[in-house]
Amino acid sequence: MEVSLTVNGRNVSSDVEPRTLLVHLLREDLDLTGTHVGCESGYCGACTVHLDGKPVKSCTMLAVQAEGADITTIEGLANGELHAVQEGFWERHGLQCGYCTPGMIMSAAGMLAENDSPSEGEIKHGIEGNLCRCTGYHNIVKAIEYAAAKMRGDEPAEPEWEVSS
Amino acid sequence: MYPREFDYVAPGTLDEALAVLASNPGAKIMSGGMSLIPMMKLRLLSPATVIDIGRIPGLDAIEDRGDHLAIGALVRHAQTASSDLVTTYAAALAQAAALTGDVQVRNRGTTVGAVAHADLAADTTAAVLALGATMVARSSAGTREIPASEFFVDTLTSALADDEILVELRVPKSGEGESSAYTKLGRRGGESDYAVAGVAAWVRKTNGSVSDARVALTGVGSKAMLSSGAMDAIIGSDGSEAAIAAAADRAADGISVLEDLYGSEEYKAHLAKVYVKRALGAALS
Ligand SMILES: Cc1cc2nc3c(=O)[nH]c(=O)nc-3n(C[C@H](O)[C@H](O)[C@H](O)COP(=O)(O)OP(=O)(O)OC[C@H]3O[C@@H](n4cnc5c(N)ncnc54)[C@H](O)[C@@H]3O)c2cc1C
Ligand code: FES
Ligand code: FES
Repeated sequence: MEVSLTVNGRNVSSDVEPRTLLVHLLREDLDLTGTHVGCESGYCGACTVHLDGKPVKSCTMLAVQAEGADITTIEGLANGELHAVQEGFWERHGLQCGYCTPGMIMSAAGMLAENDSPSEGEIKHGIEGNLCRCTGYHNIVKAIEYAAAKMRGDEPAEPEWEVSS
Repeated sequence: MYPREFDYVAPGTLDEALAVLASNPGAKIMSGGMSLIPMMKLRLLSPATVIDIGRIPGLDAIEDRGDHLAIGALVRHAQTASSDLVTTYAAALAQAAALTGDVQVRNRGTTVGAVAHADLAADTTAAVLALGATMVARSSAGTREIPASEFFVDTLTSALADDEILVELRVPKSGEGESSAYTKLGRRGGESDYAVAGVAAWVRKTNGSVSDARVALTGVGSKAMLSSGAMDAIIGSDGSEAAIAAAADRAADGISVLEDLYGSEEYKAHLAKVYVKRALGAALS
């Protein structure tokens, strides 16, 4: 079956089986391996991409459902320079092994696009659909707070490791 | 994990979808796919044909129809949760939608799909029961209205016939003296994930007393169900803290509580009381 969609601003078409999942179209047909596959059951969020600007899990969507859709993957987030959330993860050490990171960043970017002043609780609620087995989430929350400050045009808080006691 | 092979049809109109459904017994309707796709990947379900209604225009609106709200088949959980109309006139439904899954699930899964799916631990099901909603089902033979109280038959089983598509959910608008609320304990703790136990309550207060009420449980038995014990106790009471506590005590009266991975019978019966108290407390506050 032919499916045509926009991925990271590029029009693409591919011949897929109806049962092909969107994540496999992205990774295998389009070579966009930044989107990860973790649980493949809808729970870990490693496969999160934006569908018409909103975070969705690409392992729980058929490629054919994305006909005509506008998809953004982690590869399409930076626009010449790193997206504020990518910078935040870099600056505030929001990752260890990095497996969850593309999905985390896509969820965080989706959240901040709707609300650039989330509370700590709202940030945690916003990444509820993304699991991280390494960091304990603390620095992920700090990274998102950094990105939110940047997006508002504020100075991000000092990193905790540089705050003298 | 791939589903087994299937034929995929994405009709452009409801009539076309109904015709395909009528001529393909065993075909499955897909709205958000948030339950259907996981079940197909696990091969718990392997329909020969999947009819994706996602491209049918006109099904994605929440409308104010005077005495009720009409929620179209493609309205996503996220849309229901953030709708001013739903928040104002059917609070329990907005709260249930907001507590369903996670952001990504709410961006795809639909309110009507969750009702059609009839999971025993879903959130939306309890809300539509408590609010006294009506489901509008269509087949190529015509249109039928099914009250929520008759809709949930058993685990993953609804009153919907194989050739019917649920096209709309009609929710009576809470008016003067009426209010509703939904509270839950989620499987991942807090309010996260499916309900270990969830309770939706709707109440009407007239001249200082509770003149009518509906209290619905989810996650506790084999399907979403009304708690007649709690309802009997709260109706006619003054809605005070003591009355709420008395109603909560009767939450699981006559209900066969099911134990599962998330709790024993005793624990679930206890949770039913705790959450009836919280939901009634929130609705009457
Ligand atoms: C990770 C994850 C977490 C979740 N957490 C929760 C949770 O906390 N609480 C909760 O309640 N749910 C949860 N869900 C389920 C979610 O709410 C689903 O969105 C919902 O159950 C189904 O809606 P859908 O539109 O995706 O339906 P689909 O998956 O498309 O369909 C589900 C079933 O209903 C039928 N169906 C759908 N629409 C119609 C229609 N219009 N007419 C007739 N039949 C129809 C389909 O044939 C299928 O059998 C979760 C799902 C996932 C993947
Ligand atoms: S791989 Fe999609 S949610 Fe885990
Ligand atoms: S950094 Fe390893 S899973 Fe999150």
